[in-house]
Parts: sequence; structure tokens; C-alpha cells
Amino acid sequence: MATLTPGFHGHRRTRGDRLPPGQFRTEDFPVLSAGPTPEVPLDRWEFTLTTEDGEQHRWTWEQFQALPQQDVTTDLHCVTRWSKFDTRWRGVSLDTLLEGVATGARFALAECHGGYTTNLPLDDLRGGKAWIAHTYDGEPLAAEHGGPARLLVPHLYFWKSAKWISGITLGRTDRRGFWEQFGYHDYGDPWREQRTWND
Amino acid sequence: MSDWRRAELRARTPESTTARTLHLTVDGWPGHLPGQHVDVRLTADDGYRAVRSYSLSAPADGDRIEISVQPAPFGEVSPYLAEDFPVGAGIEVKGPLGGWFVWKPERPGPVLLVAGGSGIAPLAAMLRARLDLGDAGPPFHLAYSLRDPGQRWFGALLDGIAEAEDPAVTAACLYTRTAPPGHPRPVGRITAADLDLPGFRPADGALAFVCGPTAFVEKAANLLVHLGHRPDRVRTERFG
Repeated sequence: MATLTPGFHGHRRTRGDRLPPGQFRTEDFPVLSAGPTPEVPLDRWEFTLTTEDGEQHRWTWEQFQALPQQDVTTDLHCVTRWSKFDTRWRGVSLDTLLEGVATGARFALAECHGGYTTNLPLDDLRGGKAWIAHTYDGEPLAAEHGGPARLLVPHLYFWKSAKWISGITLGRTDRRGFWEQFGYHDYGDPWREQRTWND
Repeated sequence: MSDWRRAELRARTPESTTARTLHLTVDGWPGHLPGQHVDVRLTADDGYRAVRSYSLSAPADGDRIEISVQPAPFGEVSPYLAEDFPVGAGIEVKGPLGGWFVWKPERPGPVLLVAGGSGIAPLAAMLRARLDLGDAGPPFHLAYSLRDPGQRWFGALLDGIAEAEDPAVTAACLYTRTAPPGHPRPVGRITAADLDLPGFRPADGALAFVCGPTAFVEKAANLLVHLGHRPDRVRTERFG
């Protein structure tokens, strides 16, 4: 390896066991989106959960805010290689939203204002691992970061945490989302560096 | 492909007093589309590694690629690439990456490029690929927001477009702080008027590519949506 990039030393940031392979730590909160930031007024905001049989469960913003809320402090890992530690969120657990929903589905497709989608196994939305988050660092979530509300699934690469979420559709089969169709990984585990199809 | 390929630095050319374009050759490079990017991996003597993403600033040309680097103050990788990485030395490259922020030269229809600062890099690749098509290519316009004339990257490319006076390929510099003497546009941030151009309106089926710092992209993309462009025809790439 001595012949590669001679004179490069790097910053030797302490890695510890919190930084997945190929990531670097940032204090910023970078914004990555494929298109313009949609404007979603709260009085028209709605979250729709659709089962594989087409049964729909709907929450308005008011109904959503009346659900039990959880505070979450977590690390984020973006496929573009930045990681951000100890981010603070508030939102509704997917366990709460899935309570009483009869489903035999194995997969979920998150759908968003602006047309973005992303796919993930339903198991990864259960068990205290996923939220619909509306507050970041004590403030209403900014539009460019996905406000009014975004999916938060911090154990997967951050593109799975879909911004401007409008609903989740459950399915018996996996349907690829937006970036997944362009070559990103269907699962996206940062600890196994599942960035693209071949990883 | 997720393989790392060995690349060698052939030359480094200035884009501004601090920014540099790195001209590399890559073993077995498969080619790329304008707008795509690469991951670049640096390895220190003791095996420590750092990886960063850079847009490709030139269209495909055999095994040659170009990336353009603005050194970030106290940055881990960019100052090394822009200043210290020796010509003839090796580096590793993975790619091409990205399938959305790309212009396919066979696509008919006008293209509006909107750059903020170093966000010009992937748009320069699109612009060069368009120029390669000659008279057969679709209309292109570049709106390039930059602080002052010293920050004007790809000067030879932009001068060539100005001298050609081809109405099908145009470029406008939008200076935000200092403009050169006699520049027709008043100094200031990008406005709807900079983007509301005959031939590049929603009814013309224009496709827009916006690249730059987050605040710039938010503003420019919102201006385009308010001018009536369909959000799925406004493709964005943000950094910082």
C-alpha cells in the first residue's frame, strides 16, 4: 500500500466502534435530495398505512400528534459516507402505528410527497427500530430535512429514512424504491457496507 | 461494479486560485454518463483510509477522467488532493456512481443547468458532452452563480461558448458579490428572471439540473417549481 497516495496522512479521527466502515464523522447535517423540497401544509398532512389487502389506516396531523410520542437519540449513517452522532428526534414509533393492523406482509414501501419511495423489510420497522419523526433537536423538522415528518430508521443507511413521508404500503413481495431502482441496495446495512446492488 | 480501480494522476490544472482539476487515468475504466460521480479512496502508509465522493467534470474519454476539487479549510482529503497529491502517484477510484443526476446525450429536449459555486463540476461534464454533439444537440443554457470573477471555474469552456455565439448553447454568469467591469447583469443572488428564459420554460419540456450548496439548491429548485417546472423534471444534487 506504500505506493498509493504518498504523503497522505489523514486526520486519524478516533474510530471507536460507533463509526461503520467507510464512513467519516461530521458535525454538520448535510442535505441530499433528488429534487425540489416539497411544501406540505400541516392542515393537509395525512399519513396512510395501507395493508397488502388494500385496507387503509389514516391519521391527520392532529390525530398523529395525539398518539404516544417517543424521544430518540441516535447515530445517522448516510451512504454518501458521512455519519452524525447523537442526533435527537421526537416522533411516533411504527410499533404504535402498526398496532391492531392485521397483516401477513413481509415488505414495506415508504411513499412521500414529491414522489420519492424506498423499500425495506417490515421487520425493520418493528421492535422499536423505526419512527415517523416530526421534531429534530427540539425544533419542528425543517422542510429540507424532510419536514413536516420523515421516516427515521437509523440502523439502515439514511436514504431509507424517507423525507416528507405520506404513507407506507405493505406487501408480500419486495418492490424497489427510487434509489434502489438506480442501483442502491435493497437492505442498506451500514455495518456491512451494503451501498449498491453488488455489495 | 463495486470494485476499486487503480488510478494515476496525470496532471493538475487550476480552476481558481485554490481549486484544481485532477486529470486521472483509471485502469479498466468502463466509461460514464455526464453527471455521474466517483468515490475516491486514499490510503496512508499505515493502511489508514479515507473515502470521498467527487463529481466527474468531463464526459467519458477512454480511460481518462477528471474531477475538480475545492480545498476545504482544515479538510482531511480535499487540500491533499488539490495541493499535495503528486503527479504520477496512485489513488483508488470506484464508479461510475449515480443514476438520477445524469444527462443522456440521446435525450431530446432543452436542458437548463443551474450551478452554484463548485456545483458547476458535474454540469460542466454535461455541457461538454452537449458541445460534442455539435449542431445535432438540443438547446442548453447554463446559469452559473458565483461570488466573483476569480471563482469562475472552467474559464476556457465558458469563453469558448461566449465566442461561438451559438444561440443553442448559452451560458450566463450570475455574480453575487463582484462582477467584471461592463457585466450586463447587476450583482446579486439568483432570481426567477435568471431562470425564466425563452426555450427553457416548462412548456418547452425543459429538464433542469441544479447543483451547489444546500441553500443555493433549495432556492434555485424552488424558483423553478414556482415558474411551473414539474418537480420530477428538476433534478438536484446538494453538498455541504
